[in-house]
Amino acid sequence: MAKHYRPSKSLIILALSIIGLLIWALLPGNSHAPKLGLDLRGGTQVILSPTAADNKTVTADQLAQTIRIIRQRVDGFGVAESQVTTQGSGANAKIIVTIPGKTDRSVVDQLKTTAVLNFRAVVAVDSGSPIPTPSPSVSGKKGVKITPAKATPKPSVNPLRLVPPIQSKSITKAFAENFTALDCAQSTILEGGKIDDPTKFLITCSKDGAAKYILTPAALSGADVQSATATLPTQGAGGWQVDLTMTTKGAKAFAEVTKGLYTQKAPQNQLAIALDGLVVSAPRINEPILGGNAQITGSFTPEEAKNLAEVLKYGALPVSLAVDEVQQISPTLGNDQLRAGLLAGLFGLILVILYLLLYYRALGVVAVLSLIVAALMSYLIFVILGNQIHFTMTLAGIAGAIVAIGITADSFIVYFERLRDELREGKRLRSAVDHGWARARRTILAADFVSLLAAVVLYYLSVGSVRGFAFTLGLTTVIDVFVAFLFTRPLVYRLAESKWMNAGSSMTGVSPVRLGVTSSTEVAN
Amino acid sequence: MSGIATLGNRLYRGEASYDIVGRKRLWYIISGVVLAISIITLGARGLNLGIEFKGGAEFTVPVKNATTASVAQAREAVKAAKAEASNVTIVGGDKVRIQTQTVTTNVSNAIGTSLAASFGVSVNDIKVQLVGPSWGSEVSKNAAKALLVFLILVALFLSLYFEWPMALAGLVALAHDVLITVGIYALSGFEVTPATVIGFLTILGYSLYDTVVVFDKVKENTKNIASGSRMTYSEAANLALNQTLVRSINTSIVALLPVLSILVVGVVLLGAGTLNDLALALFVGMLVGTYSSIFIATPILAYVKERSVEMQSLAKRVANRREKAGIDGAEFIVPVASVVTPAGPRQQRVKRPRSSR
Repeated sequence: MAKHYRPSKSLIILALSIIGLLIWALLPGNSHAPKLGLDLRGGTQVILSPTAADNKTVTADQLAQTIRIIRQRVDGFGVAESQVTTQGSGANAKIIVTIPGKTDRSVVDQLKTTAVLNFRAVVAVDSGSPIPTPSPSVSGKKGVKITPAKATPKPSVNPLRLVPPIQSKSITKAFAENFTALDCAQSTILEGGKIDDPTKFLITCSKDGAAKYILTPAALSGADVQSATATLPTQGAGGWQVDLTMTTKGAKAFAEVTKGLYTQKAPQNQLAIALDGLVVSAPRINEPILGGNAQITGSFTPEEAKNLAEVLKYGALPVSLAVDEVQQISPTLGNDQLRAGLLAGLFGLILVILYLLLYYRALGVVAVLSLIVAALMSYLIFVILGNQIHFTMTLAGIAGAIVAIGITADSFIVYFERLRDELREGKRLRSAVDHGWARARRTILAADFVSLLAAVVLYYLSVGSVRGFAFTLGLTTVIDVFVAFLFTRPLVYRLAESKWMNAGSSMTGVSPVRLGVTSSTEVAN
Repeated sequence: MSGIATLGNRLYRGEASYDIVGRKRLWYIISGVVLAISIITLGARGLNLGIEFKGGAEFTVPVKNATTASVAQAREAVKAAKAEASNVTIVGGDKVRIQTQTVTTNVSNAIGTSLAASFGVSVNDIKVQLVGPSWGSEVSKNAAKALLVFLILVALFLSLYFEWPMALAGLVALAHDVLITVGIYALSGFEVTPATVIGFLTILGYSLYDTVVVFDKVKENTKNIASGSRMTYSEAANLALNQTLVRSINTSIVALLPVLSILVVGVVLLGAGTLNDLALALFVGMLVGTYSSIFIATPILAYVKERSVEMQSLAKRVANRREKAGIDGAEFIVPVASVVTPAGPRQQRVKRPRSSR
């Protein structure tokens, strides 16, 4: 292998990879620094564990719906880069919510609140913002689709700071004034998560803030829905629709409501579906629906139909959420931790560099350069992963990277010690470089494999900060192998060709005299 | 530096040699005593578990000048919120850390507000951590699962890449490292947090990493050994140990330097937290790990291997040969045609006399 080894080829591959990483990391529109975890920038992290109501395992469907609802609430906080992620599945599933920068105490309460689905008749509707959206219509099994009613756009009057939920036992004058004053765009209503009383009238907005409503007390709740599916009927050009089946009890109540509603004038013939107090949809009732089966039609996209069906099916959070852990860190503390982490890394690196230089001299320079290349590559990959998969750097992650300095440097140490062993055997530098590498390569691969194995196992079987640590450790181990093969080796190879290295100065780190091989004629080229 | 370098040369050629494998009884006794102390303290005192494992709430309040008065003040503030502080400590001179039993979010909000009012800071500057009692047990359960899976995989890998005695010796050394590290935690009463657990788990990887490097050299030195009669397995293993000694020392120094730096920076700048918990566990574990890869793993390996029929007959042949040889054991031999690296000190001396060192 030694004969055909071309160091420049390795170096070119490495240079190209680094340039590739650089370009990828610095793509316009991306952040050019690694994303920082909560412990480094402050904020709230909540770990929730979902349990199905009947103690059954949580299905993937339920989990997806729960996350959608939680995400909706988190988005309501209006904090950029908030994240809702899951880890594990089935009985071990965890939902991890991170809201950077926000350390309000109410956040946690709002997250774990069970979403409530209610059907409320519409008393009045108005536009919540300049452009009104058409509302879909509901029809009986063989019902005729009716075009949506026009909502009259009217500019909202002096927006008061109304605190949701805006409720009343009856529609009083003051209550009606609240409705007039409400501006969905400015109210905190859209933040959602406010628990409303189903026995009272409610003033609220549609989920997108486009319309505002006065709604009657709830006629039915999410518990009355047996199933809901999004379908695309084969005959007719109706487009996507949602098929709804009520429970026996729900069917009765639904019949009552629809009997009362279908004779009303618009908009009072609409039955609003309110999730967490916000109107998801307010279909019109065209005729009494007695059998408990209904279809909601409208100009739905497949996605919209699916979402509506899921809201109806799982309306109330399909699972109950237990709070496993809450962590709230002030941005000041986060900043302190970041500084400490970086400082520790810097000191660690400097100490290791000094040691390597003192001990290995010229070879030490190669080791230091290798470390720098490894550090650069790690940094770029953290930036890229931050942009691509929202990988966040946590304090534990930084610690992992710092620990990796040692493990990375060890690969060079293994190689250099092998190289020196070969020299002690009396081999010439050139051949020692080759033979030393052939032996060291095996050791490096085996040892790094064990290290990687530990990281992978840790990553898959852990949550939270342990994962961040395992990830950085694993990644840096892979980078270590990469750098050792494509940088350290060719560099040492090139060095071994230089006159100076072969001249045996004690600064080279491969001086035959210092290695106890005395006859210098043997090593001269 | 040059001291180590020259020592490295002599160790490599077998001129300077520490009989580590031969003195295994001594290492076993040392480790046995430390292990016994670890296990006894672990049983008697247990570990000082952080709130992540017990469940509870923790509040960290930034204070300009934290004094003992701040501690009493914090206790009062918590009492005012109708709760009880189980533990109040000053962290890093500018923070007061208050721990309580598991509380509801309402009570926790009240405590936060009360503390903020008492210390004149904004509620949002207080670091709050609420942990459900099940969280810690889950972390430990996952850690235990990770440990088991890792051990099985590593045993497989080592058996395939090396051989089963090496897997066995490696795992014994691993158990040794983790037990002693955990024992030191029990003995010192350092708090065990999830970060500490990360540290423990990392030791697993590191300890084996170190052992793999030593075993790789042992494997190289003992290749084809059974067909010769120059060295017993124990002697070859001991030579490998000595030859990798410099590497072991360098690696440990290079690995410990960054960890030490985390520890120092963490203590000076932060007082306590993830960084320190992790670094402390690593520091202790890496020291023990280096020790065990040299003094425990290889002697155990040699012991297991020497029990095989093949190695016993080799030992007999080596003994016979030495009896027949001269007093100083010097002899001319035919070089062994194999990859065994050190062709042997004696042989080298014949080939290439060294005038001086």
